[in-house]
Amino acid sequence: MNGNLDVVKKKKIQMTLVLLIMLLITVGTSMLTEFSFAQGIASIPGTIVWMATNLIPGAESMENLPKVLAKLWETIVLSVLSTTTAAIAALFFALLGSKTTKVNQPMAIMSRFIASVFRNIPVVAWALVLVISFGHNVVTGYFALFFTTFGFLVRAFIETIDEASIESVEALNATGATYFQMVFRGVIPESLPQMVSWLFFMIDTNIRSATLVGLLTGTGIGYLFDIHYKRLDYETVGLITICIIVVVIAIEFISNKVRRLIL
Amino acid sequence: MPQVLTMERKDMTEYKTSENKGQQGETLLKVENLYKSYNRNTLVLQNVQMALKQGEFVSIIGPSGAGKSTLLRCINRMIDPTSGSILFDGVEMTTLNKADLRSQRAKIGMVFQHYNLVSRLSVFENVLHGRFGYKSTLQGVLSLFTEEEKKLALEILDKLGMKEFAYKRCDQLSGGQKQRVGIARALVQQPKLLLCDEPIASLDPNSSKVIMDHLKDISETMGITVLVNLHQVDVALKYSDRIIGLNKGSIVYEGIPENLSNMAIRDIYGSEIEDLILE
Ligand SMILES: Nc1ncnc2c1ncn2[C@@H]1O[C@H](COP(=O)(O)OP(=O)(O)OP(=O)(O)O)[C@@H](O)[C@H]1O
Ligand SMILES: [Mg+2]
Repeated sequence: MNGNLDVVKKKKIQMTLVLLIMLLITVGTSMLTEFSFAQGIASIPGTIVWMATNLIPGAESMENLPKVLAKLWETIVLSVLSTTTAAIAALFFALLGSKTTKVNQPMAIMSRFIASVFRNIPVVAWALVLVISFGHNVVTGYFALFFTTFGFLVRAFIETIDEASIESVEALNATGATYFQMVFRGVIPESLPQMVSWLFFMIDTNIRSATLVGLLTGTGIGYLFDIHYKRLDYETVGLITICIIVVVIAIEFISNKVRRLIL
Repeated sequence: MPQVLTMERKDMTEYKTSENKGQQGETLLKVENLYKSYNRNTLVLQNVQMALKQGEFVSIIGPSGAGKSTLLRCINRMIDPTSGSILFDGVEMTTLNKADLRSQRAKIGMVFQHYNLVSRLSVFENVLHGRFGYKSTLQGVLSLFTEEEKKLALEILDKLGMKEFAYKRCDQLSGGQKQRVGIARALVQQPKLLLCDEPIASLDPNSSKVIMDHLKDISETMGITVLVNLHQVDVALKYSDRIIGLNKGSIVYEGIPENLSNMAIRDIYGSEIEDLILE
């Protein structure tokens, strides 16, 4: 009993220490970067007023709506295309990299290493590098999104496979099933809902990333955003932002529906 | 004499008299000089010798970590033994290539503590998975099963009292029902040997009895050899033709249940467990 109390006390002291250290780090870093919280917070009301007056699209910017929607569609297609193709590649690498379904150890390490490299290069860096070889077009955007999505999904899929199907894989292997029988009738049925979840998560992420990538590659909604931003046409910028938000919410809605359907 | 044990022994003798000994015949599985170590320092299995006859019901008992699961999985090469010989149905298992291993595995059914079903598929689909060892990759991937195979699956489900659940998804079943699906999947393989790794460890007493009765029935009426890992001594005494006691990777007891003395139980489980059994 006494020991228990001691443990609780110790935990409390540890927690306090951790909080103190975090506070110190925050103060220290904001001093180093000359970022003042007080100033930052003080400027919030002003920012909101500015946004309300400048970013709410008026009748004039509404004329741009068809153009915005066309570019938005382009961005959605790019995002869906890059995500789904990356998912297929990622599934293949995840099967090789998972400890449950690996073919052999060297290939498992290889697959995880490749995925890790692709994952740890940010999408912006990919876009900047690829723009050199592919130029300012949609292909650059596609590959930039493809690579980061691939890297991320391999990892997510490996975890999904290991979590969902270790036991059924063991049983199928014991019956004398072949590798592909085991994958298609065991691993995929068990992991499908979680994998589809990740797929929608990445489509959603990629629509936002596509906007950023488009800014760099001069395509899609990001390009449009850039143009109007530089023209100081903030109302259209606001319109674009609202459209992106609506699409992302819609995709989340669809994702939930689909997940419930296949679960 | 401890009360529990005397009671169980009466049950057991009933089984003995009703048993059809005539079915037990040739040696189906012969394990010789089997060693297994996961790392160089510790031997998980040491010099294991074991022979199973056709239609025999044999239990392996032993404390946690004794190597029961490892021994079972060495037999169908889910785990590769370090050295030794495993002769199953006239074929040396330890040197098989992939394709031959596959056709040998098809003849060995396996039943697991956690049932290991594909939970999002139906009972019927899971049972048919037992046929994969006999089918080409494409037939398996596309779930192309013959009418006979489907009939066999339904017959087996019927025998286990699970026919009405055939089209239910496995994640909607109780533990005892899931385990019966697990057994059905193993039986659809038309196996010669059934390996059961603690088949009742996650079940309540009633379901446990149902499962053990089915396993016993399988060995008696179908002539299938059943090898079961158990951690309940009383269950092993009640159902087994023969008991193998494993301790720290070595066989320390082997014989008919009647001969399993308290001394032997102490050898298997170590002295600290003794009080538990005698109370
Ligand atoms: N994959 C593995 N890698 C390393 N060591 C292992 C592995 N699997 C089992 N072991 C070790 O081998 C020993 C025997 O394990 P095993 O699972 O065969 O025991 P068991 O008799 O089935 O025990 P339990 O009754 O708890 O299931 C244990 O000491 C365990 O830690
Ligand atoms: Mg075990």
